[in-house]
Amino acid sequence: MGHKSRMTRSTISIKTTQEDHRIAKLTALAIGLHVLEAIFPSPLPGVKPGIANIVTLFVLLEFDFATAAWVSLLRVFASSLLLGHFLSPTFVLSLSGTIASLMVLWLAQYLPKKHFSAISISVLAAFGHIAGQLSVVRLWLIPQAGVAYLIPIFALAALFFGCMNGLIVARLLRDQQ
Amino acid sequence: MWWKRTSDSRYPKPLAGDWFVIVTSCLMVLMLLNSLWSHQPANRLEVRQGDQIVGVYDLNQVRSLSFRGPLGISEVVIQQGKARFKHSPCSNQYCVHQGWLSKAGQLSICLPNHISLELLGAQKPYDSLNY
Repeated sequence: MGHKSRMTRSTISIKTTQEDHRIAKLTALAIGLHVLEAIFPSPLPGVKPGIANIVTLFVLLEFDFATAAWVSLLRVFASSLLLGHFLSPTFVLSLSGTIASLMVLWLAQYLPKKHFSAISISVLAAFGHIAGQLSVVRLWLIPQAGVAYLIPIFALAALFFGCMNGLIVARLLRDQQ
Repeated sequence: MWWKRTSDSRYPKPLAGDWFVIVTSCLMVLMLLNSLWSHQPANRLEVRQGDQIVGVYDLNQVRSLSFRGPLGISEVVIQQGKARFKHSPCSNQYCVHQGWLSKAGQLSICLPNHISLELLGAQKPYDSLNY
């Protein structure tokens, strides 16, 4: 990565690898899902299905962790630029959740595949996501103990949407074969 | 429903480890609900100014309190087991509109005037989680 592409015709051609193209394509898909999801209203800010994470998880299991990390971090930056959240609290929450869930994914990828499918990894990553976000909320945005009241709601949402996204990824991976 | 379709399964079935993760997560969520949402009645009101506790008052009384913040004086009333912001010099008035607080752990924060109210019960149920 790290190459600039230009919309106008240029004599300078930048060498991009097969890997770069793959990351770009998958990131574009993730951005699409992220922006699509942003259209729908949420009962509580932050309670979202996180369908863009389907792409992250699929990439992790189909390719490798590095590709998944690229796709998910690029998605956060690009989506925030598109939605106008860049460097706002929304962006910081999105980034902190993503970094935390990537750390969980890094560990979860070593779970034995015989017993743990994408569903487990998805649920664990969803919990990592809210843990990262709520930590930032507690330490920076709302430094009050009352934030604890939101934990059960977010945990329940993470469990539910984690299962749903995991099921979708498990099915995508099966159909891929 | 996907879990009832046995012969024509469209979604892969969760594996043993998945069920373990799901059941453990459910238990964790239930424990969180139980520990964080136990609505025990409140008996004291704690008032903070910035990050300092300026007073803890018994809720079983009728009393008006005034606190001076950076914007001016915020008025707080206690009325037999409940408390609220009655008047605030802030512009958005979120703290006043929040109304009465009556359960342990409920709080009302006036960010512009740096004053917050928190109701305390017999013990704070989530102290261990928030150091």
